[in-house]
Parts: sequence; C-alpha cells; structure tokens
Amino acid sequence: MYAYDEIDQTLVDERVAEFRDQVQRRLSGELTEDEFKPLRLMNGVYLQLHAYMFRVAIPYGTLSSAQLRKLAHVARKYDRGYGHFTTRQNIQFNWIALKDLPDALADLAEVGIHAMQTSGNCTRNVTADQWGGVAPDEVEDPRVWAEILRQHTALHPEFSFLPRKFKFAITASDHDRAAIKVHDIGLRLIRNEQGETGFEVLVGGGLGRSPFIGKSIKPFVRGRDILSYVEAILRVYNQYGRRDNIYKARIKILVHELGIEKFAAEVEQAWQEVAEGPLTLDDEMIEDIRSRFVYPAYEKLPAMPDELRAAAGDARFEAWRRNSVAPHREPGYAIVTLSLKPVGGPPGDATADQIDAIADLADKYSFGEIRVGHEQNLALPHVARRDLPALWAALDALGVATPNVNLVSDIIACPGLDYCSLANARSIPIAQELTRRFANHETANLIGRLHVNISGCINACGHHHVGHIGILGVEKNDQEFYQITIGGRADEDARVGDLIGPAVPYAEVADVVEDIVEAYLALREKPEELFVDTVKRIGVEPFKERVYATR
Amino acid sequence: MTSPLQQKIKITGPSVVTANRTFDGVVIYRTADRGWSTELANAAIVREAEPARALLAASVADDVGAVGAYIAPVKIDDTGAVVPGNLREQIRRSGVTIALPAHA
Repeated sequence: MYAYDEIDQTLVDERVAEFRDQVQRRLSGELTEDEFKPLRLMNGVYLQLHAYMFRVAIPYGTLSSAQLRKLAHVARKYDRGYGHFTTRQNIQFNWIALKDLPDALADLAEVGIHAMQTSGNCTRNVTADQWGGVAPDEVEDPRVWAEILRQHTALHPEFSFLPRKFKFAITASDHDRAAIKVHDIGLRLIRNEQGETGFEVLVGGGLGRSPFIGKSIKPFVRGRDILSYVEAILRVYNQYGRRDNIYKARIKILVHELGIEKFAAEVEQAWQEVAEGPLTLDDEMIEDIRSRFVYPAYEKLPAMPDELRAAAGDARFEAWRRNSVAPHREPGYAIVTLSLKPVGGPPGDATADQIDAIADLADKYSFGEIRVGHEQNLALPHVARRDLPALWAALDALGVATPNVNLVSDIIACPGLDYCSLANARSIPIAQELTRRFANHETANLIGRLHVNISGCINACGHHHVGHIGILGVEKNDQEFYQITIGGRADEDARVGDLIGPAVPYAEVADVVEDIVEAYLALREKPEELFVDTVKRIGVEPFKERVYATR
Repeated sequence: MTSPLQQKIKITGPSVVTANRTFDGVVIYRTADRGWSTELANAAIVREAEPARALLAASVADDVGAVGAYIAPVKIDDTGAVVPGNLREQIRRSGVTIALPAHA
C-alpha cells in the first residue's frame, strides 16, 4: 500500500470543503447548471438517466481494507447498497443525490479517497496492472511510477483543460494486464541492456467511435525522464489537439492525422525545452515515493502446503484454484482474483455487504489489501497458499468465487441503457443472458480463454472493440440492435476486432455468440488454440457464414 | 433511443418535457401549470413543434429545480393513458430492466 502524506490529505480535505460550497450554491440557485456542470464534473459527478452518478478514483487499483469499507459505507448510506467497478479502476455509485454528495466525499476523504479528475477534459485516474508489486513477471512495481504520474498530473493547471479527457496506463510485464495500447499514453516498464529502468512509450491508443491501437513513440525513456517526456507529449497535444470538434479532439486523432513520425518530432522538440529541467526526477525523489509503498512482511512458506494438498480432492475448489489463483513473486503466496461476474449478475457490481466482507477477508488473508482490475474484478494480492481453501470457502459463500475468470462469462460490460444517458442499447441484460448460457463450467473450460466485451454505445466504455467477441449496441428504428466483432484483444498483441456482418436484434445476441463459440470449437486445430488465435488464423468468414447462414 | 442530447428537436407525435430534479436527480415531467411532477400522467402533452419549443423554453428557464430538460416522445395507449414513447423513456420512468444487486 502507498502511505499518503499530509499534503495529499490536505488537498483532499480542501476539495471537499470547496465542493460543499459549490453544491450549496447550486441548490440555492446562485449557480446555474451551466456554471455548476464543470464544477461537478471535476468531482466525478455525472447526471445519468435516473440520478446523479458519482465516480470515485482508485489510483492504480490499490485499496486498503479501510478504504474498501468506506466505499461500502457510501453505497449503503447514500446510494442503493451497491457499487459498480469500472474498466478504469474506478468505482461508480449510480443513485446518489446531489444534496448528499459533499457528505459522501467527506466520508471518503477520511480514508484518502477522492473523485478528482474522474471526469472532465483532464488527465484521468492513472491505471496500472492490478497485480503490480506482486506479479512474478514484472520488471518492478509499476504503481510507483503511476503514483509519480498521479502526483504530477493531479490538478496540474496546464493539463486541467485539455482538448479532451486523457488516460494513462502502465504495465511492467511482457504480458500486458493494463491494456496500455488502448490508452492515450501507454507506458511499458522495461530494463535496458545497461540495467537501467525505463519506459517504452506508446501514444494515441483509444477506443470510442474511432478506435486506434497506440503507437510506439519512443523505445526507451529513462525513468528519471518520464515526467518531462510525457509532459512534452501533453504539451504538444494541448497546443495542437482539436477543440473545434469533440469527435476529433482525442490525442489519437492528432497522432493519426499528423502521423506518428511528425508527432514524435514535435514531442522531441518540446521535450528539449523541458528535459534536464525541474521535471527530471532525482533518485532521492523516486526512492521517497518507492519507500511509501509498504509491502507485507512475507513469511517463508511452502508453495504446496498440506492444506492445499488436502483440498485438491474437492472438484469445486480445484476448478476455482485453476481459474482464479495466480503465481506470486513469493512462492508461498498467491494472487487471488475475485470474480464480480456471477451467473445472472451485472458485471462489476458488488453489494455493500459483499464489499465489507471482502474487506474483512483482505484483513484476514491478504494483509488488508485489495486490488481492482480493468476487467471489473477484484483481487487479493498477498494470500498465503496455505489459506487458499479457507479463503475459497469464504469467497464462495459471498458469491465472488465463480470460477470463470478469463472465461466466456467473465464479461466486461458498460452500464448501458439501463443507466447511461449516452447509451443506445442495454448491455447488462445481454451480459446476464450470456452468463446463463455459459454457466456450465466444464463447457466454459472447454472453450478456454475468451473475452466478451459489451458496450451500449459507440463510446465503447465496455471496450467492445478489443473483446475477443465484441458486442456493440446500436439503435435501428427505436429498437436495440447489436453489432458483433471478433478477434479483438487488449493485451500486448492488442488489435481491434473485425465486424462479422449486419447487426442483430436484442433477442438474438446470445444465440449469435453461441453460434460463434460453436464454430470456434469445430474450427480450432487443437484444444490449446485459443478463440482469438483461431480467428487470427482463419479470419472472419467462417464465423460469418455460421452466424448468418440461417438469419 | 439515441440520446436526446444528440438530437435536434423534432416532434413526430405526442411529446412531453422531461428533466431530472436537481436536488436528487429523480426523473420529472413538466406539467401544464408550469410545475414539475414525478408522474408521467401529470405531464403536459404537446403535439406540435411550436408549443413544444415554448414548453421546453419555459422548463429550461426553471434552472434551479430541474436539470437537463428535453422533449421526449410519449404514446397514448388503448386505455388513454400516457406511456413512454421509446425504451429509453420507459427505463427512465420505470427504472432499470434488471434486478438491482442489493435486491437480487
């Protein structure tokens, strides 16, 4: 966990007082909605279909149990008893009243949580691999750098009124768990031949109505130079990014229209003005941030303790263990993913009672720490392997041990037309139906890794472009229709999926997905060939034929 | 169901002005007496562009109590009751089409 200092806390507390005054002035009529809207957006408050939605930042997805309990408290006291974890390591509350927001913010501030920069045309919550600091395959903890970026970009005056929102993501492993190629700036932490730590910098990725995969703008930027380099990128974007057309305002459009070479040259020139200046990080500063990440006092424990051997005969436990337990950098420990994708449930939602119970389990089994991933699941990052059977029993009782992580029912979905004022079609009921169709774990395991992503509109909050199967809600004559893409992926080989044909009506979506899956099972060369690899090998046509032959 | 924020004003049938209540975000409808109601049945119905624009203009002017006012389609069902004109408005009126997690 990162330990906040007095400056952080003062900033958060002062923002609460400021927003309380703004809300009071709005409710009294002193502020018009036009005047108030940018102020509420600076505090993560949107107006959705039924109510105000409140988006809270979880920087790099790391939470303490105390912070998690406070989120449950907000869900219970000010909302309808649940929260929704998003694809950008935030949590959203869907039913909060404007009058209650200052109190909710004040309660969150008690544990160092805030909603700053979770909306608006600024640098948003800096996200990172949710396994940061514990993944055995990482160069080093990416959260240290995410925190450096967070501190630098928080309320940065030059970057608080950008042409559009701006998103960073960081990974420190070859296998990208942070989807860095679909972010405005993606950073991949690497070590060069001299042993120096630095970053490959990617720029111009993003989804929405114009999806782009990020392009590598510089193969290696030393860690000490990362602030000055990304500042140069932001400066070029701030200067040249289009403000005349909201649909062309993201940096991905600027990079696309200029071309990466020309854009890189502009950045290089801008960098010369700030490199070796005050933005250069010295080792002392980096170490100060690094020292604030406090890691548990791990014990030397066996990787295969007796408790695990004893539980191996339980088929349900083993199904969960194979699916939800990942290696840890300490052999006696494991990273445990908690599925927020129960059969028939809304993806990413958790009740206040579940959240509280997970906080208790984190205290008991994971040194009081919880992680939030962009797939809308949670993780306990420091679980002793001897505790896995006991933890599983507790998680199973809570309903967050569905053994479907990375399988077909581990669906990413936006809130869709059930909540969102921008949506054209519903997402959640489609996801629910699919989880029911693929509820059989044996079948799901037979299918293997398969990511289904659903968005209720072109804004792509459900990352449909990069789903192995992507589902996009569209409107036709006031009816819900869905475009289906296949072959997308959000990892180190990220690509945008290909459309398989005309949109299908709401009632047929689950059938179409079943058809696609059945086609894959018939077409794959061997069980180890993943869906996305089969699509890559044979293309869209065989799937298209299967889906549309009878439609 | 395209977001009304993305639409130009056009009236193709009976319509109402709807908004969200500033205090708590609850869905409200403009009434004939220049007030607001949470019940669609109490909404003022307009059928032509000019009265619709006038109703919307008056509603927008009430900036303190209501936010995000726009014109929404409605239908008159067989019993003569006013019902939402599309799925979006149906969901705004009746709530989400799924069980809330806390109530599931």
